[in-house]
Amino acid sequence: MSLTDAPKIITARAQYDDSHTLERFLATGGNDGLKKALTMTPEAVQAEVDAASLLGRGGAGFPAGRKWAMLRKADVSYLVVNGDESEPATFKDHLLVERDAHQLVEGVTIASYALQVNQAFIFLRGEFALGLERVQEAINDAYKTGALGTNIFGSGFSLDIVVHPGAGAYICGEETALLEALEGKRGYPRIKPPFFPAAIGLYGEPTVVNNVETMSNLPWIVLNGGAAFAALGAGRSTGTRLFALSGHVRNPGVYELEMVKHTFRDLIFSPELGGGVPNGDVKAIIPGGVSAPWFYPEQLDIPLGQDEVAEQGSMLGSGSIVVMDTNTCMVRAAWRITKFFSRESCGQCTPCREGSGWLERVLWRLENGQGRMEDLDLLLDLCDNIAPGLGWPPQQTTICVLGPSIPSSIHSAISRFRDEFLAHITQGKCPHA
Amino acid sequence: MSYFTDGRQARAEQLIAIYPEQRSALIPLCHLVQEQDGYLSEEGMVAVAELCGVTPAEVRGTATFYDMLHTEPVGKYLVGVCTNIACLLAGGLELLEHAEGSLGVRVGATTEDGLFTLEETECLADCNIAPCVQVNHRYVRTTTPEQFDALVSELRDGGRASEIPSHGTLIRTRRDVDLAADPGLVAQERAARRAAVEGQS
Amino acid sequence: MPESTNETVTFTLDGREVVAKKGEAIIAAAERAGTYIPRFCYHPRMEASGNCRMCLVEVEGPRGSTLMPSCFVAAGEGMNVCTNSDKVKKAQDGVLEFLLSNHPLDCPVCDKGGECPLQDQTLLHGPGETRFVEEKRHYEKPIALSELVLLDRERCIQCGRCTRFADEIAGEPLIDFAGRGDRVEVSTFPGEPFSSYYSGNTVQICPVGALTATPYRFAARPWDLDQVESTCTGCATGCRVAVQSSQGRVTRLLGVDTDTVNHGWLCDKGRFAFEGLNADGDDFELSDPRRRITSPMVRTNGELVAVSWSEAISRAASLLGETAPESVGAIGGASLTNEGAFAWTSLLKGVLGTDSVDAQLGDGLDPSLVLGLPRATINEAADACTLIVLSGDLREELPVLFLRLRAGAATKKASIIDLSNGSSCFDKVAAVRLPARPGDAPQVVAALTGDDEAMKVLARHPEGATFDADAIAKARHLVGSDGTGVVVVIGRSSLAEDAAFVEDAALALHQALPKATFLPALRRANVHGALDMGMSPGLAPGRVSMEDAASSLSALWTKKPTSTGRTTLEQLRAMDQGAQRVTVVLGADLGADVPDADLVQRALSSDAAIIAVAGNGSTTVAAAEVVLPAAISHERGGTTTNLEGRVSRLGQKVVAPGDAWEDWMMVTELAHELGTTLPFGSLDDVTNAIAVYAPSHHGLTTSLLASSQASDGVVVPLGTETLHERKAADPMAIPGLASADHIGLGAFTGSITSETPSESNQGASEVAFSQVRLPERRALNAVVPDGYALRLVSGRKLYDLGTAVSASPALAALAAPAVAKVNAYDLDRIGAHSGDRVRLRSQKGTMIIAVESDAHVARGTVAIDFNVGQAGETTNAVLALLDSSVAVVDVRMESLS
Ligand SMILES: Cc1cc2nc3c(=O)[nH]c(=O)nc-3n(C[C@H](O)[C@H](O)[C@H](O)COP(=O)(O)O)c2cc1C
Ligand code: SF4
Ligand code: FES
Repeated sequence: MSLTDAPKIITARAQYDDSHTLERFLATGGNDGLKKALTMTPEAVQAEVDAASLLGRGGAGFPAGRKWAMLRKADVSYLVVNGDESEPATFKDHLLVERDAHQLVEGVTIASYALQVNQAFIFLRGEFALGLERVQEAINDAYKTGALGTNIFGSGFSLDIVVHPGAGAYICGEETALLEALEGKRGYPRIKPPFFPAAIGLYGEPTVVNNVETMSNLPWIVLNGGAAFAALGAGRSTGTRLFALSGHVRNPGVYELEMVKHTFRDLIFSPELGGGVPNGDVKAIIPGGVSAPWFYPEQLDIPLGQDEVAEQGSMLGSGSIVVMDTNTCMVRAAWRITKFFSRESCGQCTPCREGSGWLERVLWRLENGQGRMEDLDLLLDLCDNIAPGLGWPPQQTTICVLGPSIPSSIHSAISRFRDEFLAHITQGKCPHA
Repeated sequence: MSYFTDGRQARAEQLIAIYPEQRSALIPLCHLVQEQDGYLSEEGMVAVAELCGVTPAEVRGTATFYDMLHTEPVGKYLVGVCTNIACLLAGGLELLEHAEGSLGVRVGATTEDGLFTLEETECLADCNIAPCVQVNHRYVRTTTPEQFDALVSELRDGGRASEIPSHGTLIRTRRDVDLAADPGLVAQERAARRAAVEGQS
Repeated sequence: MPESTNETVTFTLDGREVVAKKGEAIIAAAERAGTYIPRFCYHPRMEASGNCRMCLVEVEGPRGSTLMPSCFVAAGEGMNVCTNSDKVKKAQDGVLEFLLSNHPLDCPVCDKGGECPLQDQTLLHGPGETRFVEEKRHYEKPIALSELVLLDRERCIQCGRCTRFADEIAGEPLIDFAGRGDRVEVSTFPGEPFSSYYSGNTVQICPVGALTATPYRFAARPWDLDQVESTCTGCATGCRVAVQSSQGRVTRLLGVDTDTVNHGWLCDKGRFAFEGLNADGDDFELSDPRRRITSPMVRTNGELVAVSWSEAISRAASLLGETAPESVGAIGGASLTNEGAFAWTSLLKGVLGTDSVDAQLGDGLDPSLVLGLPRATINEAADACTLIVLSGDLREELPVLFLRLRAGAATKKASIIDLSNGSSCFDKVAAVRLPARPGDAPQVVAALTGDDEAMKVLARHPEGATFDADAIAKARHLVGSDGTGVVVVIGRSSLAEDAAFVEDAALALHQALPKATFLPALRRANVHGALDMGMSPGLAPGRVSMEDAASSLSALWTKKPTSTGRTTLEQLRAMDQGAQRVTVVLGADLGADVPDADLVQRALSSDAAIIAVAGNGSTTVAAAEVVLPAAISHERGGTTTNLEGRVSRLGQKVVAPGDAWEDWMMVTELAHELGTTLPFGSLDDVTNAIAVYAPSHHGLTTSLLASSQASDGVVVPLGTETLHERKAADPMAIPGLASADHIGLGAFTGSITSETPSESNQGASEVAFSQVRLPERRALNAVVPDGYALRLVSGRKLYDLGTAVSASPALAALAAPAVAKVNAYDLDRIGAHSGDRVRLRSQKGTMIIAVESDAHVARGTVAIDFNVGQAGETTNAVLALLDSSVAVVDVRMESLS
């Protein structure tokens, strides 16, 4: 298996130690994309993004161009960049904000120009203390170099960007909860419809919400053309994408790969990438964040593409892949993921709020050898009450999809590793402990 | 008399000014209070309420939604150990247990000397160096018990001060540009845009 | 702009066609069509939050059918909705089981047990046995959110009804959710309790027993309660209530949802003042409001002693009968029912022949103005484009009216022009503030209606004008040219100012804005009913002047007053001067209510005889010659009339203590003793007599009042408002899902078209509202302020030292001490600081009081609340400064610190 020689679209600069400085940015083509964009009409910039078929990198994978198209006629509108990055095992935006904040600011400025918004926000999770510093620095730099503020590079276009810190709540990655947090409120997701951000977003105005990685692709796309981007990858999944690989692999890390051209197996086992599983072999992988149903060894050859993964009943989501080796206790894994959801449920919807806590406690008992035979059916039935049918994508009984994501790992673990659960029950302890 | 000290009043006012609506500054201002008081004190919440035009109950209600905002005093160093899935697979729970032992406190508690508060965190987005540990929201990359203990004793001795400032996540974030985009120009641009759009249709 | 209210959509509900209003939530449309969808967080009067997920229904869409919250999703044309499929049932059972997983099973000791939707749902559909074997969430036992409301966190199901109410309806987000996920709890800020005038509503709308009210806690079990629908007599808003009693004592009041008046809300005074009814009669002094008057009394050898009714009646009759009509008068009447008022008017004006009858206590407005201006309904005011407010603080005086009026401004549908001086309830939502200092209202109104000279006059004040040209320009734009869509709320903005200023301002507004309508904000319970019944000098029953009174009255009245009588203040002066020898005081506490303490003192100590008709003790009762015990509030039936002229029925729930009688009975006996007959054999006779003799009330018979179309009351004269069926109430606000209709709260069904009563009456009322002629405008002297003095402003507080609050322990504890509020500028000028004690001196007297700075108080004025103080304190401090003989009260302030 050899890697394609696709260009590094968003991580090229990150190889330098001083990638976060203005000097390095300017020395490596910084602002070239923005300057070019400003010579084009906003419509032309949008057309390039459309042509690139840039799918959102935040999780849902909605085409950025289509999302933008909804916003043109509004009088006041905002662009909000989602850098909450709290989906477990996702750490690609972390790299982008700490290592190349200028690129992000340039991307945000291009998007704002295309959308003709004059106020943008970059929402970063509060735990990114360094990232907050770096992005603010990049904004300060951009103001100094005329790349931001009033009349950018003499183009007549004006923009301000505010960096907004989160304060520790996974749910604020959900775009409407994020908007609530940005309005200074509890991070309660809003009900869609009617609160689709493009219709009723920040302060009730039409708003585009895009992920940090989505934005970071824009300078390259404008500079090289949407077609060049679309020439990479295949089908709907174009360009390159960041994959965050973690868990039981030799070389965990963030890898920028051309989409679809590689499989999970390539990512995990290729020596230049994951470098293989050190102890034992793959038992299961979580393909796109802990909300996604799991894959098993027989699915390792699925290509890393949006639709390719979806067709197999899971999702590429935030592009994070967790490898669990053969020594992993699946009850424990399912318990910990459920505990995460229980801690992070915003608490609005009864099924999510109460269901997550209940499931977590039952799993904890099971993991500790106090399970009962009827617990397995109970777990599945409670999951079914949260997401009827337990299919993927889930049927929803709640306001946002956090709730219906809870069953994924429990359902995956029980369906595939029922024996392990039974062993916990019959042995009265965790067999892996 | 303003509640904030050491130039934070100006930063507070700047935070209010950069948002279209003042309530948006609520969370950043809470971070600012934590930077000053070490935690989100009642006086601090009242000050934030006044600045944001909401009731103190709303500030407290909002703040308590978020894990990073502490309405009870915490130690000088907030030590967070992640035990979420990637870190769990790398021994996060074990490292957390070790931390409890070596700091002599349970998760959530503060050491008697007021130096350390130990927290079990959810994923901190640094899963390639697992288990992930943050001190005052800075990644310290101590993945083994030995590294952890070494860090703790270094911190006890006052080390790493430049790498790990006190908490309050905005402590080194400075917006040194005051102006937002010129409102007059923006209005002009908008009018022109609207005219163009209407002309099309 | 209520544009699409008549548009409808048709959708399929469980296989049948149902018509809904456009934009109407499925849950509401279904309910009207007879299908009850279970719910917890949804409340028909609040924005849906869609978070409990109990109301899920299946809706067919392009990608198959999905579960949707029926409280949030509007019924759409052609939509196919299923409320009873297996999928829906499973989802709802799931939600129920999730809710119960952490909810304690302490129903036997829970106040809500027996009327709890969670309990009811569980019995109906719930799982038989719990599958939850884990440990439940555990919290310390109830914590106090305020003096009146306790929270049991274990029972909370996080529906957010209470927090949403506080924020959205009351505009006082003093409670909020804290924490996240399953650790979410309702909480207040430390040291800042949920002290809202509306806190009791949260208890009523809490679907479980998480919130309880201290006055009701453990007082009764729901199944022991007996209830009747009635009207609150706390103020002139006239909220509909369900009065509940157990073992002959009133135990609880719940707000009944009416589209026209209160939307189900009550203020805490109205909700909890019933405690005063239960006060144990004889333990207190006769001057103490906590004392219930339980038997007739007559003064013998200087002492009031209990006597039989016949003895008391004969003593009262001889006092009245042996005195010349011009030496007899009556003060008070606003606490009477319409029937009581009509009966007393008949006796005083029609049998004795005196016209000196005044239901207002020197703190009201000219009745010919109140009755002569085109009147708005509450719904019209709530739907108005622009509201001009020139009255006392509505939140303090007419609390639920404030809630109704606030809603429009809070949602930016209406603009408020607030003329109040000092802090006002509309501070946060008013579009423009044009503070009128005492004496300035006519000038401010002139400026508002286009007179630029007036602006100059106002600017001549030593401290300058209170608003600038921008404000006036904005306000002028909002009122438009002829007042279309404008409603004016008119009342007494200060009791330290002659009413003439406000009255003239109102007349000026009427002249300048002929299309504007008026809502008279006279606050006292049935003051509007009393005025309608002729309880004012020069008026006869039915909103006609004495001259114009129908000749048919002679069938009932044996006499007719020959000259115009005295107002309350004039009567008090006449008592002091010996010109009025006998005064009937009808349920009024002169010492607490008349804004001239000195005058009251002189009148009470004069040798004029007082016949006090009272339910509670007061200084007036203690000074009386004859005391007649009256049935009050929920102890009597009949009707009352609210400030929009809506007549609604009272439901008698309990029996008055001891020998207390209803007023019409005493009047009949007195008339008999005086040698005439008033043909009142029963309460209904009086109601029906009103329908015959009072022109404004023609046709308002007992049978009409009892019909279901009149369940929310009827605005008189008939014809100005379409009668309508009651809208479905919040079934969870009134105990027990099934019980919501058996107490007469209306079934869940009703036709759509009859639900929008106010529409036929948008804008200015074309129907001749009354036959009373408006007074002429008088030239008022602009009173030149003295640069050294501060002009006094004194308005009412909800928790004052009046009878209702003083008699109810839970409320009396909430009355705040009096403070003087001035602008920081004036404070500085005087050399005082917030918290200092200052001495205030008027022409009349002095008082010492703490001072506070208040940015809303206009320069050159000082605001002191009327009749407030701490429980047990008997002095009504500000009264010492007031003087009813001057137009404005100027005071000098001197710091004592
Ligand atoms: C529970 C939840 C958490 C989410 N967390 C994130 C996140 O941390 N970062 C992110 O970019 N998107 C997150 N999303 C997706 C966002 O709602 C949104 O779709 C995305 O930011 C849109 O950007 P994109 O179109 O560029 O991908 C989350 C969604 C849900 C339901
Ligand atoms: S599903 Fe869970 S996280 Fe999402 S809104 Fe409902 S309670 Fe909140
Ligand atoms: S979600 Fe509809 S009633 Fe609660």
